Amino acid sequence: MKIYTPLKALLSIGMIVGLSFSANAHRAWIVPSTTNLSGDAPWVTFDAAVSNSLFVPEHVPLRMKGLMVQDPTGKLIEAVNAHTGKYRSTFDLNLVTEGTYKIGYASGGLRASWKDKEGKRKRWPARGKEANAADFATEVPKSADSLKVSDSYRRLETFVTSGEPTDKVFEPTNSGLELIPVTHPNDLFVGEAAKFKFLFHGEPAAGVKLAIVKGDTRYRNDQNQIDVVTDAKGYVSITWPEAGMYLIEAEYEDDKAKAPATMRTGSYGATFAVLPL
Amino acid sequence: MNRNILFSIALLLTLALSTVFSGVSNAASNQLLIEVEIPRMNVAEYHRPYVAIWLEDSNRKATQIALWYDLDMKDNEGAKWLKDIRQWWRRIGRKAEQPFDGLTSATKGAGKHTISVDLNAKELKALAAGDYQLRIEASREVGGKEVVNIPLTWPIKASDYPLKASGNSELGDVLIQVN
Repeated sequence: MKIYTPLKALLSIGMIVGLSFSANAHRAWIVPSTTNLSGDAPWVTFDAAVSNSLFVPEHVPLRMKGLMVQDPTGKLIEAVNAHTGKYRSTFDLNLVTEGTYKIGYASGGLRASWKDKEGKRKRWPARGKEANAADFATEVPKSADSLKVSDSYRRLETFVTSGEPTDKVFEPTNSGLELIPVTHPNDLFVGEAAKFKFLFHGEPAAGVKLAIVKGDTRYRNDQNQIDVVTDAKGYVSITWPEAGMYLIEAEYEDDKAKAPATMRTGSYGATFAVLPL
Repeated sequence: MNRNILFSIALLLTLALSTVFSGVSNAASNQLLIEVEIPRMNVAEYHRPYVAIWLEDSNRKATQIALWYDLDMKDNEGAKWLKDIRQWWRRIGRKAEQPFDGLTSATKGAGKHTISVDLNAKELKALAAGDYQLRIEASREVGGKEVVNIPLTWPIKASDYPLKASGNSELGDVLIQVN
């Protein structure tokens, strides 16, 4: 996807806590074995990875640390049978409560990058370190070459439903870029239009750029990426051309940041299954 | 509160309409006979299909007619694949408790199977007059999935019948008669 320069710089140096990017072309994803389930307390299994090819684990796994699972009542529950391998993490969920579950990561806060006197690229927080806002003033210089300070948020999620889809897990947290469904993500069908609303810090997010790509990219020559942008009220509508598992990536940026940040950024990624009729 | 009142009004209207229109229908039409053919498959691994039959109004409001699935498996394991009757699962299955009393039975093998629908059943009596689709969906493990849609008008008018339709893969001939 096209990511313009400031964000690209941030992503390329792996600023985003919780997800390890080594190149901006890599895509993070969590893919459920099934999105809609029936029967008593069904099980579902997940793969979580960062890769170029969708949805082929071929680069690095997403780590289990920071993974959050919300049950249909909004309660946080633990994933089980977790294993992190060379290329992917896998884990299972037993859907004992009927309704929609949210599985994902969310992180964000102040981020900075600059060049020191030797021209060496620096960033805050440093790789592998957590951003502790109290340390910002002492660890980030007031002025430096190429100093960029942003209020940056990242979210990655997917959803599975046992029985009838429910909405509790879509209550906004008002932090970072969030998707609020008009059409439920576990109720998507080929040829039908799906509508979603995006919020940034709880406010409708206009101009969010979405890049949507169906999985199995290695079995075709073109990415067939769908590009759409949210309207003034934060809404976007997508008509699914084919059934399959899709990765939705969304990027938002504005200059309404509070000092010391000069910009606010939000990225959102989700995997949605589109079913055949 | 308002919603309750609206709901009551809607219910009263529905009841009133169905009372009015039930007088129009042929008094002799008590049963709808639906004959569904499950085709014989020349395959190495054959599982009898899961089949759902339902009525859907123009607003996609659904009324269950029949459901054939593996209801006798240990721990109701057979319910695990109900979601694969995809359209039915979306319209009605995921909203309801299975099995449907009196409407659910075991899966059926190749051949013609007839179900009789009591038109005097409470759920059907309550249906508003209008255009409906009778939808028959079959989903077979390690096999395909097919939906046959048969447009019909409610209340049933005997002179419109029999109705015929047929599937291409997972369903064979469908014959609907009034008795």
